[in-house]
Amino acid sequence: MNLLELSDIRFTASGRTILTGLTLTIKAGEIHALLGTNGTGKSTLANIIMGCEGYYPESGGIYFDAILLNSMKMYERARLGICLAWQEPARFEGLRVHEYLTLGAATEPPEVFLRLVGLNPSAYLDRMLDRFLSGGERKRIELASVLAVRPRLAILDEPDSGIDMLSTDDIIQVLDHLRSTGSAVLLITHREEIAAAADRASRLCGGRIIATGNPRQISSSFKTRKCISCDGMVRDDK
Amino acid sequence: MTNKSHELLNMLGLDKNNQAVFQDQKTAHLVVIGQRIISSRTVPGLEVDAKEQGGGVLVRIRLSEGVCLATPVHTCFGVVHNQEDQLIKIEVCLERNSSARFIAHCLFPKAEHVRHSMDAQIMIAEGASMGYQERHYHGPYGGIKVIPKATVKIGQGGRYTSDFTLTDGRVGSLEIDYDVEASDDSVVELTTRVFGHGSDDIRIRERIVLAGKNARGLIKSRIAVEDDALAEVTGITEGNAAGVRGHVDCMEIIRDRAVAKAIPIISVIHPQAKVTHEAAIGSVDKHQLETLMAHGLTPEEAVDLIVKGMLE
Repeated sequence: MNLLELSDIRFTASGRTILTGLTLTIKAGEIHALLGTNGTGKSTLANIIMGCEGYYPESGGIYFDAILLNSMKMYERARLGICLAWQEPARFEGLRVHEYLTLGAATEPPEVFLRLVGLNPSAYLDRMLDRFLSGGERKRIELASVLAVRPRLAILDEPDSGIDMLSTDDIIQVLDHLRSTGSAVLLITHREEIAAAADRASRLCGGRIIATGNPRQISSSFKTRKCISCDGMVRDDK
Repeated sequence: MTNKSHELLNMLGLDKNNQAVFQDQKTAHLVVIGQRIISSRTVPGLEVDAKEQGGGVLVRIRLSEGVCLATPVHTCFGVVHNQEDQLIKIEVCLERNSSARFIAHCLFPKAEHVRHSMDAQIMIAEGASMGYQERHYHGPYGGIKVIPKATVKIGQGGRYTSDFTLTDGRVGSLEIDYDVEASDDSVVELTTRVFGHGSDDIRIRERIVLAGKNARGLIKSRIAVEDDALAEVTGITEGNAAGVRGHVDCMEIIRDRAVAKAIPIISVIHPQAKVTHEAAIGSVDKHQLETLMAHGLTPEEAVDLIVKGMLE
């Protein structure tokens, strides 16, 4: 059963077409990797699904559990069970880690989720989410916050960027945890070993999904950075 | 402390935990309500001389050389009625290598026509350290004018930190005016957190003169204003000696028709001094807002949390 269906999405920004004719489905409980070179619109797609301001498609439908999301506000989408972990998570003065991890209806204490992302709870629970956390620490906490809300669909935008190589295992552990709780994941990544943990993968190029299938096959075709169908050019269907 | 004094603290709205502090025999305190001294207590090494004079109250505080107070000195300045003027003059002297923290509870819960003026002269001798927290509550009416003024001189290797908080209830009219001069190797940090509503008028002027070599200074302001409130924050830092480092950090969030201004003034007259500033004024940061909404908070809940966090 499809949990998320993106149908013929078209999105432009500042007169430039970013996505056109994009169609993608994610099944319930599926981990779906999305690969594409820089600037192909992967993060744009994440923002469109979440409903961020300024990211409303010109045409096409976003369906979540058969509900049309297009005109729904961001927090309404979140309350349906969609959560986004940004590539560059926001910093907050005065907001402590334990408060951040209990914003949603957390089912377990925040310590559990910090351990799952490789952080020692006693060293982090009382810390502020401010600029004194390193980029890697902040990203791990962002992943913990996604786990804490137990989403039906987690969108992870390059969870591996800014985190040291050794912690690839931590990210795989996060994916395993999400899988065990029945969450579907849209996993945006450039790294083959992380994409390999997905059930399926899609390649985004030229503003649309050009291939979907086995993660290893998609990663392999992505490694060449060559696209035989569009060579990276957005072919506007409008 | 008498029953009558307790009754007055109750009328000021002081919470039970802080009322208990004023009963503690090991904690120094001073309570001034209106123009009257209601209660005071000292501890060994600390002299407190308070008297009513000239339509106000004059307080002299001296901490002896080498004395380090383990518990903070609590003061309570307040007005119980809806109209009254309160004038406080304070002279504080911390002798060499002494240290103390002061917590001032400034409570005006019914203020409709109240004026509170505080004029402090603070001397911090070589190696001494003073922490000063000032927590205000002005009630819901906004009928108050508060004028805290302080002149602080810090000796070699001394330290002074102040934290002014007024984030509950109305502000009324607030005119903070602090001047601090820092000698060699001393440290000064001034933090102000204010949340203005209605027609509140907030004017803050803080000046640090880093006069001695290797002195350090930070002016940090966190202001939120909504409705028709106005905030104007002037942070002045002068770097006048070798090795000094100063920073002015002002963040203001505005909503509705409120107006906020930040005026950082930095001046450096020594080639080995460095003073920096940053100021951010605007509505709530969009990325912060969306991050919280992606966790299911409504825009209103998200804004409240961001403002609360900034003022914490």
